[in-house]
Amino acid sequence: MSRLTTLFEKQNEQVLNVYCTAGFPQLNSTLEVMESLQANGANIIELGMPYSDPLADGEVIQSSGNVAIANGMTIDTLFEQLKTMRETIHIPVVLMGYMNPILQYGFETFCKKAKAVGVDGFILPDLPLYEFEHIYGKTIQENEMDFVFLVTPETPEERLRKLDSLSTGFLYAVSSSATTGKDKDFSKVALYLQKLQGMELKNPVLVGFGIKDKETFDAVCAYSNGAIIGSAYIQALSKGNSVEEATAQFLKAVLK
Amino acid sequence: MHSFNKTINYQDPSTEGYYGEFGGAYIPEMLYSNVEILKNQYIQIMQDPAFQEEFHALLKDYVGRPTPLFYAERLSKEIGTQIYLKREDLCHTGAHKINNTIGQIILAQRLGKKKIIAETGAGQHGVATATVCALKGMECVVYMGEKDIERQAPNVARMKMLGATVVPATSGSKTLKDATNEAIRAWINEPNETHYIIGSVVGPHPYPDMVARFQSVISDEIRKQLKEKTGSELPTAVVACVGGGSNAAGAFYHFLNEETVDLIAVEAAGHGVHSGMSAATTQLGKPGILHGSKSILMQTADGQVVEPHSISAGLDYPGIGPLHAFLYESKRGTFTSATDEEALAWAFHLSEIEGIIPALETAHAFAILPKMNFKPTDVVVVCLSGRGDKDLATYMQVMDMKK
Repeated sequence: MSRLTTLFEKQNEQVLNVYCTAGFPQLNSTLEVMESLQANGANIIELGMPYSDPLADGEVIQSSGNVAIANGMTIDTLFEQLKTMRETIHIPVVLMGYMNPILQYGFETFCKKAKAVGVDGFILPDLPLYEFEHIYGKTIQENEMDFVFLVTPETPEERLRKLDSLSTGFLYAVSSSATTGKDKDFSKVALYLQKLQGMELKNPVLVGFGIKDKETFDAVCAYSNGAIIGSAYIQALSKGNSVEEATAQFLKAVLK
Repeated sequence: MHSFNKTINYQDPSTEGYYGEFGGAYIPEMLYSNVEILKNQYIQIMQDPAFQEEFHALLKDYVGRPTPLFYAERLSKEIGTQIYLKREDLCHTGAHKINNTIGQIILAQRLGKKKIIAETGAGQHGVATATVCALKGMECVVYMGEKDIERQAPNVARMKMLGATVVPATSGSKTLKDATNEAIRAWINEPNETHYIIGSVVGPHPYPDMVARFQSVISDEIRKQLKEKTGSELPTAVVACVGGGSNAAGAFYHFLNEETVDLIAVEAAGHGVHSGMSAATTQLGKPGILHGSKSILMQTADGQVVEPHSISAGLDYPGIGPLHAFLYESKRGTFTSATDEEALAWAFHLSEIEGIIPALETAHAFAILPKMNFKPTDVVVVCLSGRGDKDLATYMQVMDMKK
């Protein structure tokens, strides 16, 4: 059974997935950040692979990606860094990124290396359903990687069920159609999440985009299995304290 | 003349938007509904007789179409062939860009949209979009790289005068590619009321096909005008400059499946193809994904998109439309390039021998004419995509240096 499935069997509420950018703030911060997230209560790590043109992300995450690229982060370097990851990291790790750098690396090699270092799954926002079904899905499944699709309030029900059926691990519910790092109207979000709850989906649902503190985390957790925090944590890391201090302080405030 | 696969229909992408392996819609789910609505409706809307009537009436009475096809006598004599110029520079706003914005603004109205967003590099597409928004009384927001705003002050002023809001793109390299990212993000953030008018044959399906169809009026007219002037609808070759590739797509469109017509695409070589300061995408790029479609893309070995260079802001794009990537890969198209220096020289030369000051982008298409070994009996159509007023500052610098 995959680490993600095991996690949700043990804990089906208040699951906290935290996004961090590989190679940020320093090239060699990746593992330190991940260990710190684990130690301070994160349940899943979403590890972002930086890209020059990240369409689905807002300013904060793009800036951290630019720093990481300037630091010299590449997919190859990342897999080097992750070689020893499973000696210390026991929680699920999901790689998030965009298709272009992965295609240049080689899609199959990417899946194999990810499996070899102990990655659990992928979130690839610009890999669409048609291409997943016809080109890339098979390789992902052959390498036993979970694959998480995004759904939004505008996703039609039939399509939502299809995306749920093809996802494994969890389903990523975008709180509203927006890029990361924007504030949301949470009364609308609640209605949307209640609708999702009523659909009896196959996968647990984690909510992302606009989750930034205890208040917003608790608000969406009331109607879902948990949430994903990205931009707010990157901002906390950017403030210049040590990784451990910034992470401890940030997660303590969210989980108190 | 090369041979190519006669069984391929080069005009129409597959239902998922593929030209060969290029195209598709590599978009995040947040854009799915918007793009899906367009994909399901664009052909139907465009083929509606009432739409066609309004589109062609505006092209005629507002844009000034048909644009002339002019036999360039002195240029023909110099090159030793028969050269016709398709005068897109005579369109309202000074370039072919408005053919597409007229089409898309009518489409946006029919989709019930209230607000238009667009990206722009040099500002030509931004001006063409601001123009049609003023015409139709729609709100207009144009995303433009912070660096381009500094470089293209007159076009920024024109957009503002036309009532548009110009928003600086401050992310990444602060140029066209980032303005496109910002426009796509803005569309993600307010999907329901907004239509995004992409200015070239790039972006997720159906944009490349939709923009090519709106621009195809260029080659439709060329065929009719050539028939009148030469007795044949088919030239030997059609030449056009290519950044994203909208004027080339329009000039090639009705010749794509005519195997005898050589389609010559001229990319911007900048300081030279291998100088490290170039925008010759097919020469320097590899298959990749940017702005929602798979195409040929200038990028690092690690798949980060690189910033191209061309003296003409309109060709300064790291990708190329998926149709063109397919024309390149299938060898249906002939891809070549011209440097900054050659383009500048030809901007002056065309001005002197034909009395037409071309845009810097367009000057690239002329620069390759002496190198193509055309025969005296060949009929060559050059798409004169835009006029040079916007490049006067650059031209003045050259004249100052010559003093």
